[in-house]
Amino acid sequence: MTQPVPAQPVQQPIALVDLLDRVLAGGVVVSGELTLSIADVDLVHVSLRTLLTSITALQAPDD
Amino acid sequence: MAERQGIWLYAVTRKANPAALGDRSGVASETPRTVEAGGLVAVVGDVPLPAFGEEALHRNFEDLDWLAAVARAHDAVIGAVVAAGPAVPVRLATVYGDDDRVRTVLTDRATEFAQVLDHVAGRAEWGVKVFVTPVAESRPTAGKSSEHGAGTAYLARRRAALTQRERHDRGAAEQADRVHRTLATLAAGSRLHPPQSQVLAGNAGRMILNAAYLIDDDHAASFAQAVAACDGEHDTISVHLTGPWPPYSFSSLEQR
Repeated sequence: MTQPVPAQPVQQPIALVDLLDRVLAGGVVVSGELTLSIADVDLVHVSLRTLLTSITALQAPDD
Repeated sequence: MAERQGIWLYAVTRKANPAALGDRSGVASETPRTVEAGGLVAVVGDVPLPAFGEEALHRNFEDLDWLAAVARAHDAVIGAVVAAGPAVPVRLATVYGDDDRVRTVLTDRATEFAQVLDHVAGRAEWGVKVFVTPVAESRPTAGKSSEHGAGTAYLARRRAALTQRERHDRGAAEQADRVHRTLATLAAGSRLHPPQSQVLAGNAGRMILNAAYLIDDDHAASFAQAVAACDGEHDTISVHLTGPWPPYSFSSLEQR
């Protein structure tokens, strides 16, 4: 399991899941007047459900 | 220009540096610009409301390709801003009606923005994910047991396998806990995200820790070494590092 960890930025395409963890649940929350409710928690659920469904659909049903 | 436009907020920083953004385009392929007030600069983009209004966003967020493209564009603009100086990333899908409303936010919350900017200056967020390594289950040798004892033997094997897995999982949880405590001592801040689902994470094992650490740029290399050491010294878990990230997980105005 040991891999050399580069001290520099990890050179790989950013995984979408890691990115969504941050842009949907992180970042400062200021009330955007137009999208107050969508910038809230339900957004995370909506999109992650989408993601889960999409990815599950792509996988062979072996588990 | 018949379409109504909204103002999409990317990040808040202290110095306007249009050059830093280069020709990077935003979530609506627009060219990001800046809005200033209260000694702060908001990096924003003009987005068409038919695609980025509340109703449209609800619909579009169900479209994974759309969401992925918008998330990556949002992150790319923020990344460019952060590369030029300390910045507070803004949560995806924060949209205003006009520049004045953006100025009001900057002015009203100037003190809090300043505190967060001070906190993240010279630091970056690093992600650490810990997975339980799959337990190597002993395969039962088929056809050995007599007809009579087969059921009992099967149950015994099943029970042994479960106990083995429980022990494995418990050990992994303790090790993940130790990893987090070790890494947190090296960080200016830490935050735990819910572990990602195994399907989403696409790793062989189950994720048991999904943490973010705010690390001084000077200490980035030693932090990476510490993560590698954690990965090497524990056998029931594997430890993965991601980053550096803009300080998404350390941008709450309420608490840090």
